[in-house]
Parts: sequence; structure tokens; C-alpha cells
Amino acid sequence: MTVVETGVDMRTALGAVEIPGPVLTASGCSAFGQELEPFVDLTALGAVVTKSVQLRPRSGRPTPRMAETPSGMLNSIGLQGPGIDGLLAEDLPWLAERGARAFVSIAGTRVEDFAELAERLRGVPGVLGLEVNISCPNVESRGEVFACDPVAASDVLSAVRAAADPAQPVYAKLSPDVTDIVSVARAVRDAGADGLSMINTLLGLVIDPDTMRPVLGGVTGGLSGPAIRPVALRCVWQVHAAMPEVPILGMGGIRNGLDALQFVLAGASAVSVGTAVFNDPSAPVRIHDELAAVLAARGFASLSDAVGHAHRPAGVER
Amino acid sequence: MTGRNGHAGHVTEPAPKPAHPPVQREVEVVGRRPVNAYVELSLAAPEIAERAEPGQFLAFAIGGETSALLLRRSIAIAGAGDGVVSVVVAPHGPGSTWLAGLRVGERVDVVGPLGRPFPAAPAGARALLVGGGYGAAALVGLAARLRSQGHEVAAVAGAASADRLCSVAELSALAAPVEVTTDDGSAGRTGRVTVAVDELLTGVGVVYACGPMAMLRAVADAATALGIPSYVAVEESMACGIGVCMTCVLPVVGEDGRTRFSRSCVEGPVFGGDRVRFDDVGKLPHDVVGADAMGVVAP
Repeated sequence: MTVVETGVDMRTALGAVEIPGPVLTASGCSAFGQELEPFVDLTALGAVVTKSVQLRPRSGRPTPRMAETPSGMLNSIGLQGPGIDGLLAEDLPWLAERGARAFVSIAGTRVEDFAELAERLRGVPGVLGLEVNISCPNVESRGEVFACDPVAASDVLSAVRAAADPAQPVYAKLSPDVTDIVSVARAVRDAGADGLSMINTLLGLVIDPDTMRPVLGGVTGGLSGPAIRPVALRCVWQVHAAMPEVPILGMGGIRNGLDALQFVLAGASAVSVGTAVFNDPSAPVRIHDELAAVLAARGFASLSDAVGHAHRPAGVER
Repeated sequence: MTGRNGHAGHVTEPAPKPAHPPVQREVEVVGRRPVNAYVELSLAAPEIAERAEPGQFLAFAIGGETSALLLRRSIAIAGAGDGVVSVVVAPHGPGSTWLAGLRVGERVDVVGPLGRPFPAAPAGARALLVGGGYGAAALVGLAARLRSQGHEVAAVAGAASADRLCSVAELSALAAPVEVTTDDGSAGRTGRVTVAVDELLTGVGVVYACGPMAMLRAVADAATALGIPSYVAVEESMACGIGVCMTCVLPVVGEDGRTRFSRSCVEGPVFGGDRVRFDDVGKLPHDVVGADAMGVVAP
């Protein structure tokens, strides 16, 4: 569709699996895709990245769970979800029936949890791959997430890669709340991750000036939206510069095609659209079309030609 | 009180899903009318107007595509017909103040109609409608529907003060009696809506309410105590309005008697008044489905 309109080849891949377009939803921002059906053609997306699933159903945290912040928001949901049994029984079949690709985000509190989830998702129809959420700030240990420790992060990724369907690429979702994201990226790559999702939310806090107490029931929460875009872009840039061969799914405050272009130029071969969906439920498809148009306007014949372009010396053109 | 812990005895069924999916449209403001402390906006939105049912709401994008206010503002539909849908905006924060400042001819991105509508009244039942502040606006379409179906309709409109009342004239054209209460006595009877509700409940077959949580709780409790089904439209803050953000949850008892954190936007905003665990809003009770995985155990 877009190929015809702009002439830009928008095909890309997650690991070794080709996808027709580079724009995906972001985990935790589009539930399991069903609510977006009135607004977007789910099959036209690169994939639906599902809300992180754990082994058991989770209630999530008490309310309030959300606070609006400048060009962003703070959330403290606590991974409310149906658990893997509910996902396998209802949500994944619903996506598969429509021909939508699912990139399933998995989360857990122990290495074995992640491995068991990967095992349960082997060969499931419509499951394109796994995004391993080792970086959600809204878990019991708060800041002490797997992704803050290269050893813990690589333990999870090696267990998941060993347990997962070999045909399913495994991406590690990294936290920006670290001193050196390149070292974490290198550790999970060496542990077998096929790609990297960057970034998860940043841990933040909002205090209500009237009650003079934290707004969120969970006290702290994850900051998302355009406010974090420069941080996300910096992370993608640093990791792509260090490991240009590792595929990156870029995310963090992408709201339009020019935002997505920045991530591609920094080294992302695909992007996720998260908080922008709350503002505009048709954002993933709109951003795909806008990205195709801005690539065409800059003379790129294909998305892949633009990946990492910003790292090339000025004057070195296509 | 039975039911609060998942026992039998609920007198309401969960509100049914809406008949039509929502649409997203950029629409033109075709009317703007100050109403006491509020602003009524009328929008040319035929696809929304023809789909809208009483109790549903709209979700507005704020400030255009470069706005720093990203979250949608969800507002109950006050009227729908002839290609036009209207809402009553209460300006308090920057988002609602921006909305209230829209002028005729300006455009705004809106998603709707969203949420589950008020269910039908039992055959032949006399209905009592209770609105708090601008929440009364959400009851006007319901009152019209009930009257067209032959139901007797009474209404109570309450607010903190006279300038916070809403839709009293519209309700008075559709319902009788219409009682007005204000906390400060600046209009109608002095006190909360319950001073009128308690008197009007006799002979009522169903209660519908929209307004602040404390009012909904008082009205639902009064109805439930008499075995009268009540349906409440909640005003939880929502980030998206469409069911994806999971921020607007309330502890609600389902048909199977189990309590879940239910999204006010897609499982609500209309809930059975005896199914919302008002005591537990803002808490994580151990018997909510999935609380065990959060480390919350029975005492």
C-alpha cells in the first residue's frame, strides 16, 4: 500500500523474521490489540507488541495509576494482566484469527518464570517473537530490575533463548535507568538476544501539591511520552554505535513520522509507538505513513538504507 | 451487605456492551453556551451522534497535535441528535480549561461514543435519576429515552452550590418531580442529594446516577438497602478512554461473583451500583482476581 504511494520499501525484520512495516505498538500501551481494531488495521502493523504477560493473572496496583506530566505521563499499573493461560486461550487466538502478528512481551520475577513463559509460547500460531521485559519499573523490587545488572539481565536472556522456539526472535527490553546501557546491551547480546528494545520508561515521581503526598498509589511510576524521546534516542545511538550489527526496536515518545525517522537514523530498524496511542488511537498507522513520506522526501529508496544513517560522516550520502 | 464479598444477592446485571464501535473524527464546534460554572459544547459529529446511547462518553484530544497535554479528556455525552453531539465541560485543570475555551468554528479531535450505556429499565418501572454537579447532564438523554418508553421518571440534581448545578431545566421538561439540593443552600434544599433521594426511593424500580464517587456511593447504598437496582456512571480519570491504558480501574464484582480491577472506560463507565466496591477504591483487597500474584494474601 505505502510502497505504491511513496516508492519507499518499508519492509524490515525482527531478528530473522521479515515484517511488512517498521511500526509496531509498544508493550503496555495497546493492551492485546483488540481495543485498537476500530482505529487501525492491525494486520498492517509490523506487529502488535502485547502487554507484558506473567505466569499468573495479576490485578495490578491500586489506583491512582496515572499522572499527566509535561509532554508525557507517569504510570504505575503494575502489569495487570490475564496471565499466560488467559493470553493463550483468548488474546493470542483473537490476533491470529485476524492475521495480526503478535510480538509477545513476557515478564517475571525469577529467571525460571521467563523461561517457562518462553516455553509455553513455542509454536503458538501468530506469535512472531518475544520481547523480554526485564526493565519494568512497576514491579515489587522497583528500581532493582534485571536490566540494571548485566549479569542478571544475561541470565534471563540466555534462559529465554534456550527455552524459546528457535523460529521466534528474542528481544531484550532495556531500561534507561542505568549508568552504561551499552554494557547491558552487550551482556544480553552475548547471552543470545536476537535484538534489543529500547527504551522502557524512566522511574519518576509526582507529588500532589494539595494533598502534599505522591499522586500515584504506587508512589513512583514509569515516565513515558515525548518527554523521554531524547533519552531514548541517545540510548539507541550509543548501542548502535557500539554494536551496529544488533537489530534495535526503538521506542520512547514517538508521536509522528519525523520522530520515528530520528530513531531509524540513530540505528533502529523498527519502532514501537506507545503513549502516543493514548492521545491518538490511530497513531501507529499514521506514523507508518508519515515515516514513509519523510523517507521518500529525503531520497531513501528503502527503510533499511536509512537505518543508522546519522552515524555516517556528513557528506557520505546514499 | 451481601454481594460485597462476591456472595449471591446482586440486584443488578453488568451493563451491556455498546451496540456500535467508536469512531475517531476531527469535528467542528457548532455551539458554545455557558451554563452556570460550566460550558456546553455542541459538535457536528453525525457518526457519533447516530451511534451514541445515554451513559456513553467522548474522549477529547487537547491542544492539537503538538500539545504537551497528551492524555485524552473523557466527558459524558449530554445530548445527541440531528448530527450533533453535546457535552458539558467543567473547567478546572489546563485540559478542561482549553476545551471550555473552544469557540464555534474551531475543530477538535474526538473519539466516541465510548463505554457501556445505561441499561434499560425493568418493564413498567418508575425510574429515579440522580445527578451530581455536571454529572446531571449525562442523565438528560436517559430521561428522554425512559419517557419515550413509557416510564415515569423522577430526578434529583445536586451540587455544592447553585452555580455548580447543571441541566435542571432540561430534566424538568422530562421528569417529575425534579428536586434540587445544594450543600450551601444557595438553591433548592440544603444538603446532599440523599435528603431528596431517600424520600423519592419509595415505589422506584430502578435508580440511575452520575456524579462524584462519594455521591454515587451514597445513592447506590440507599438503593441497594431497599433492594432496588441502581446503575452508576463513574467519572474516573482516564488516559485513553478506549481500554488500552489500564489506569481507570475500579474494584467491581462480576457476574461470577469475583472482584476484578475493571476498566471504567470499557467495562464501565456504567456499573451496577451494588457491584462497585466503593470502600475499596484506591486499595488492593486480597480477593481481587490476581492480587495473590502481587503478594497480597488473605488476612
